[in-house]
Amino acid sequence: MQKDIKRLSLILLFAPFALWITLLILLPHIGMVVLSLREKVAPRVYEYGFANYIEFFNEPIYWNTLIRTGSMSLLVTVLALIIGFPIAYYIAKIAGPRLRGALFLLCLIPLWVSDLIRAFGWILLLRETGVISSFLQWLGILSGPIEMLYNDVAVIIGLVYTVILFMIVPLASTLDGMDNSMIEAGYNLGGRGITVLRRIIIPYAMPGIASGCIIVFMLTAGSYLTPILLGGKNSSWFTEQIYDQFITRYNWESGAAFGMLLLAFTSIVVWLGLKLTGQTLANTVTKT
Amino acid sequence: MKYKATMISVVAVLVFSVASIAQAETTLRLLTWGSYAPDELIQKFEAEYPDITVEVTFSNNEEMIAKLRATGGAGFDLAQPSHDRVHAAQLEYDIYKPMDLSQIDTSVMSEVHLEGVKANTTIDGEVYSVPHQWGTSGLMADKSKAPDFKHWSDLCDPMYKGKTSMRLKRTILLGTAFSMGYDPFAAYADLDEYQKILDEVVEVLIACKENVKAYWKGGDDLAALMLSGEIVASETWDSTAYRIYGENPNIVFVPPSTGALTWIDTFTLPRKGKADDAAYKWINFVLRAENVTIMSGSSGAIAAVNGGQDLLPPDKKAAVNAAFTPEDIANLKFFANIPPGIEDMEGKALEKIKAATGG
Repeated sequence: MQKDIKRLSLILLFAPFALWITLLILLPHIGMVVLSLREKVAPRVYEYGFANYIEFFNEPIYWNTLIRTGSMSLLVTVLALIIGFPIAYYIAKIAGPRLRGALFLLCLIPLWVSDLIRAFGWILLLRETGVISSFLQWLGILSGPIEMLYNDVAVIIGLVYTVILFMIVPLASTLDGMDNSMIEAGYNLGGRGITVLRRIIIPYAMPGIASGCIIVFMLTAGSYLTPILLGGKNSSWFTEQIYDQFITRYNWESGAAFGMLLLAFTSIVVWLGLKLTGQTLANTVTKT
Repeated sequence: MKYKATMISVVAVLVFSVASIAQAETTLRLLTWGSYAPDELIQKFEAEYPDITVEVTFSNNEEMIAKLRATGGAGFDLAQPSHDRVHAAQLEYDIYKPMDLSQIDTSVMSEVHLEGVKANTTIDGEVYSVPHQWGTSGLMADKSKAPDFKHWSDLCDPMYKGKTSMRLKRTILLGTAFSMGYDPFAAYADLDEYQKILDEVVEVLIACKENVKAYWKGGDDLAALMLSGEIVASETWDSTAYRIYGENPNIVFVPPSTGALTWIDTFTLPRKGKADDAAYKWINFVLRAENVTIMSGSSGAIAAVNGGQDLLPPDKKAAVNAAFTPEDIANLKFFANIPPGIEDMEGKALEKIKAATGG
């Protein structure tokens, strides 16, 4: 009797997790894989094969866009880390307990507004007749209007702004767990600031850095709105390619193939990153 | 005490559910364009037919087809794809069902549009669509800054460098093909021929990239570019141009010299729709003269009914008159049915233009 109850409660506890994994993650992905292996030969006639994947590698536009998306996402990740690290360090180590809460809140506030509104905010700031351009002209620094929207720099600014919080939170929580006496010990033993940072703080924060980078990279490579709205004539983004395949070209089969390729590509990049920094996925998840 | 509270809530739930059964509610689920179902009309319709509630989903041609394809034509009772998008979608995905024309008062519809739509959407002798509203795609220019803007190719005129815009979709491909002296719609019959035209169009539009400030993505986007004066001319939908004309009368819709490209949005029944009667009621309702004015006021498009242009609200009528001469109307080019395979070719062409560096 006792044993049965124990088993039942175990099953009940496990059920939501199992349902979530199968219904929302496994099944849709299996569906996508199956869809991506179909090729359209005529209206309402399909065959199974790898044509959609072969098409991707035969058409330079597609893999160039994927590489472009990947490299720009890496750049965004690095920038988010460089900007986010000092902020996280300040929140975790320097700010007092009350200020810490307030600072976290300040970081969170932009998230209360939807992605779309934030992108429009940047459009208002950066456009030729926008706030920054008009302000610089008013100051007399510029003689004519300047266009800062519709280029890759605008896309990167927008993306860093959108994702930086996801870098700060894991970093701050890792750094928070670090004993201050370790830093003091570093200085007592004659280390300079840069040495302490390089030999003590960064190695300690490594799991946080890794998990922050993974989240930020994945979010960026999979983002759609920001690159579309802020990007210019040449700013292709891979998710846009997927949308076009699904919606404007009615080609769900190759859209699904592109989706799987994006998943494979980002997974490989993350795996490489973990290998290079000597981290494991389990380690980054448990420490933060 | 607790028992009593539970009883009361159970009774309340029962009463409410019985009440809703007694009303025998039908829900009419519309899949249509933004502004094609103004609140004013919905309220009027629900007042006239108290047993019908209207639910609206806003969408566009591509997403309508994607949504219906995902469910095999379920989830909506009435859709409004453009006339050139029905035939191929039906052949490929079987998402619509034939219309019962006896349920619709076709006598109010203008002959040209009704016959045109019928011709485009008849499959195996069955008619799948009737017309609702029509409008055009063409150019828009600020007359104070670009007075002579008249051709599709003016978008690429170095005189307006960095001051023009276009949407990177099929309309600009077709417009450019017309401006080069081709008839892309005639070439639809021969895909190899059409591919040749597309290749040339792609070259022209890649060279044109330098001239274009940015590709617009939606009406609001375009309105902001135009009203701020950042661009002086653009490819546009006429309804967007009319809206802007309301705010700045210098900005008018310009039918291109080769003819404005004309679309007709239709009424089409999804295959697994559950409220056909309500759908027919809605169709007849919105085509009534007094309701046409409300609809056109919201959408900026002209109803495909007899004298549709006269039923426009005054501000829209002024904008149309500022844009079209009778010759322009005679020169309209109706979008031809898109045969299967064209979307892929045009999609590839657009990708090439977007990916080309330069400009």
